[in-house]
Amino acid sequence: MLKLNRRTLMTGVATAALATVLTGAPMRAIAEEPVRGGTLSVHMPQEQRTLNPALRASTGVYVIASKIMEPLMDLDEQGALVPMLATSWEGSEDGLTYTFKLREGVKWHDGTPFTSADVQFTAMELWKKYQNYGTALHANLVSVETPDDHTAVFTYSRPMPADLLFGAIPDLGYISPRHIYEGTDILANPANVAPIGTGPFKFDQYERGQYVIAVRNEDYWRAGFPYLDRIIWRFISDKAAAAAALESGQVHMSNYSSLSLADMDRLSKDDRFEVSARGNTRQPFQNTVEFNNRRENLKDVRVRRAIIHALDTDFFIENFLYGNGNRAQGPIPKASDKFFKEGRVDYEYDVDKANALLDEAGFERGGDGTRFELTMHVPPFGEDIPLWATFVQQSLDAVGIKVRILNVDAATYLKEVYGEWNFDLSTGWHIFRADPAISTMVWYRSGSPDGTAFTNQWGWTDPKADEMIDAAASELDTEKRRAMYPDIVDRLNTELPIWMAIDRSFMSTTSEKVRNHHNNPRWPSSHWADVWVVE
Amino acid sequence: MLILQLAVKRLMSSIPTLLILLVGLFLLLQLAPGDTVDALIAQLGGGSAETAEELRRYYGLDGSTMARLLDYLWRLVRLDLGFSAIYDKPVATVIFERLPVTLLLMVLSLSFAFIMGMLLGIISARKVNGWLDTILSLLGMVFYATPAFWLGLMSIVIFSIRLGWLPPGGYYDILAGNTGLAHVWDVTRHMLQPTVTLALIYMAIYLRIMRASMLEVSTLDFVRTARAKGLSRNQIIRHHILRNALLPMITIMGLQAGAILGGSVVIESVFSLPGIGKLAYESVIQRDLNMLLGIVFVSALMVIVVNFVVDLIYAYLDPRITSEKV
Repeated sequence: MLKLNRRTLMTGVATAALATVLTGAPMRAIAEEPVRGGTLSVHMPQEQRTLNPALRASTGVYVIASKIMEPLMDLDEQGALVPMLATSWEGSEDGLTYTFKLREGVKWHDGTPFTSADVQFTAMELWKKYQNYGTALHANLVSVETPDDHTAVFTYSRPMPADLLFGAIPDLGYISPRHIYEGTDILANPANVAPIGTGPFKFDQYERGQYVIAVRNEDYWRAGFPYLDRIIWRFISDKAAAAAALESGQVHMSNYSSLSLADMDRLSKDDRFEVSARGNTRQPFQNTVEFNNRRENLKDVRVRRAIIHALDTDFFIENFLYGNGNRAQGPIPKASDKFFKEGRVDYEYDVDKANALLDEAGFERGGDGTRFELTMHVPPFGEDIPLWATFVQQSLDAVGIKVRILNVDAATYLKEVYGEWNFDLSTGWHIFRADPAISTMVWYRSGSPDGTAFTNQWGWTDPKADEMIDAAASELDTEKRRAMYPDIVDRLNTELPIWMAIDRSFMSTTSEKVRNHHNNPRWPSSHWADVWVVE
Repeated sequence: MLILQLAVKRLMSSIPTLLILLVGLFLLLQLAPGDTVDALIAQLGGGSAETAEELRRYYGLDGSTMARLLDYLWRLVRLDLGFSAIYDKPVATVIFERLPVTLLLMVLSLSFAFIMGMLLGIISARKVNGWLDTILSLLGMVFYATPAFWLGLMSIVIFSIRLGWLPPGGYYDILAGNTGLAHVWDVTRHMLQPTVTLALIYMAIYLRIMRASMLEVSTLDFVRTARAKGLSRNQIIRHHILRNALLPMITIMGLQAGAILGGSVVIESVFSLPGIGKLAYESVIQRDLNMLLGIVFVSALMVIVVNFVVDLIYAYLDPRITSEKV
C-alpha cells in the first residue's frame, strides 16, 4: 500500500509537474512499484586481487564487495550517517573511547551469528595491521573490548576526533568474519577472493578474467531486501568495448569514470542512459601538478607559482574534459562541504605574471627563448592525465620552459616518483577520502617513510604546516576542527609544494532500465539493496 | 616410433632455448621500475609504508635478485610455475583456465585465414592480373593494413549494436547456463567476430603467398609436361601445382603461430575474451612476474609443438624431406 498524506502528495505532484516541464514527458520513476527479481550487470574495468574492503580500501574493491560485506555505518541521501551493523555510536568526552552498539540477529552468509567479537577481530587484526589508510587511522588503537555480544568499545592511546573516526567508517569500517580469519594467514585467506559477509548479496562465483556473480541473500537482516536476484560484474578492460557492451545492453552500468571521455559525452546525449556525477560526491578527486622541490629551479617558490600562473585551467576543463570539472582551490575539493571554504590564495591564469616571476627568480630566457627544461612523469590512471600533461607542456612552452613528457605505467610511476624521486614534474590524481586527515594531509605532512606512495615525497618540509596539520588531526571539537582546515589550505597554497589544479567528480553511466540508483553520496560503493531493474 | 624419437629430440634441443628465454626475461623484468606491490598500491590509491612492506614479504619480494632467480629455476625443474600475485592462485591453474580460449581463437582464425587465403590465392593466380585478382589483392591489403582493434570495434558497432545479431564480447552467455550443443552454439556465436577479425588480418599474407607460389610452380617443367600430356587446367592445378604450392604456406603458418599469440592480445581485449593474450597484458601492467614467466614458458612450448607439427605436415607433403633425414 502506498501511504498518502498531503505533503507527500504535494511533493509528488510538484516533482511530476517539474519532470514534465523538464523532459516533456511524465516521469515514470515516480511512485513506481519496485520490481523484484532480475539481474543487474555492471562493467568492471580491472581485475581485483582482493575482494575484502576490510583489507583493501579502494573503489575497485567496494564496487563489488560492498554488496556482500557491510560497514558499521553508511550514508543516507543527505550524506548523514545511517546504522548498518552498528545501531548506535558515541565517543567519550576525551576522545579516547568509542562505543558501538551492534545490530542483533544478523547472520554471516554461512549462518554463524555476527557478534562484537567479529568487530574486535576485524579492527585489531585487519584494519590496524593491513588495511591501507586503516593502519594510519588506527595507529593509536590500543584495544577493542567486548563487554557483551552486541557492544564493542574502542580504546585509543591518543585522542581521536569523533568527526574523523565516524566520517571514515563508511569507507574504512567494513567488518570481516572472525571465525573465517582467526588463526589463518590473513592475506592468503581464500575468503579474500570469495568474501563472506552480512550484506544483501552472497558471493557466488569469481571467474578470473570474466566475471563475478553475487546472488540474493534470503536471510538479509533488512526484511524485504534486496530487490535484485543477482548482480554480475563483467571485466571489460577495453574502454570502447565497454561502451559497446552498454549500448548493446550486455551491461547496465559503468561506474567511476571507466569509459572514455568522448563516449561518456556521447552517451550523455542518449536517452537510454544517464551519465552523471550524482551519487559520487563522497569520492571527489583532483588532477595534480607535482613539483620535485629538490630541483635547483623548482626549489624557488616563484618558479612554482609561475608554472601555475601559466596554466589556463578553465580552458582545459571546457575543451578537454567536456566541461566536467572545476578549477580547484587547493587540496580540499569543493565537494567536501564540511571542510571546504572559498580559497583566499589563488593563482589566476596570467602569462605576463608567470614570465615576470621567472625573470625575477633569475631564470632568464636563453638565446632560443628557453629558460630551462623539465621532465614530467605521467601515469595511466585515466585518459585525462596524459591530456592534462600535454596541456601543461604546451602552456609552459609559452613561458620558456621546455617539458619532456614521460608516459609510464603505474608501477614505474610509483617507483620513479615516490620511490626514487627521479622526476622534475609529475601529475596524477589526488583522491579525497571524506576527511582531509585520512588521505590528503599526508601529501603535505613531512615524516612519511621514504618511498611511500601518495605522500609528501616532494623534498619539501614546512614545520609550520606540520604543526597546523597535527593540531587539526587531534582537535576534538568538531566545529573548531573543521574551521582549521581552510587555514591549512591557505598555508599550503602559499608555499605551493604541489598544486591541486582541477576538482573532478567520478561519473557513472547508467541504463534507464536501472531504477532507484545513485541515491547516496557513495552509491557505487554502497549496498545496492534497494535497486531494481525493469526489462 | 620415428615421430616419437623426433619429438623427444626436438624437445631436448629446445631446452637451452627455453632456459635462455626465461632467465633473460626474469632479468629484463628486474630492470623494469616498480614491482607488483607498487602496481597494487597504485590500484588502491595509496597505502602506508607498513602495508607495502608487509605485502612485499607476502609476495616474496624481499630476497635478492639472484636468490629469487635460483629459487624460480629450482621450482621450474620440479615443474612448479609458482603462485600468481594478481589472481591468488597457482600460475599453472590460471594459465590452463585461459589456454582453451586462446587456442580456440588461434586454431579457428589460423584455419580460416589459411583456407580463405588458399582459395582466394588460387582464384587470383588463375585470373592473374584480371579484375578479380586486382580486387582480391586490394581487399587483402586493406584488411592487412587495418589495425586489429579498429576492425574489431567496427565489427561490434555493426553486428552487435546496430544489427544486434552477435554478442559484443565475452566467451559465453554467463546467465544462460547452457550445456551440450546449446553451449557449443553459444560459444560459436561469441567467437565468430573475434575469429573473423583476426583471420581477416592474417588472410592477406596467405593470399599473397599462395598466389605467388602458384604462379611460380606453374612455370616449372613438370607442369609443362602435364599440360603436354593433355590434362585439363583444373586437373593440373589439383594434382600437380597445389601440393607444391602449399609448402611455403605451411612454413608461414608455423611462423605465424607465434605472431598470432601477440595479435590475440588486442583481439582478446576488444572482445573481452578471457585468454592468454589479455592475461599477459595484465601481468605486465601488474608486474606479476611468476605469471608472465609462466605464460612465456607455455607459449614457447606451444610454438615448439606447432613447429613440430608443421615439420610433420612438410614431410607428408614432400616425401623428399624425410628421405634426406632432416
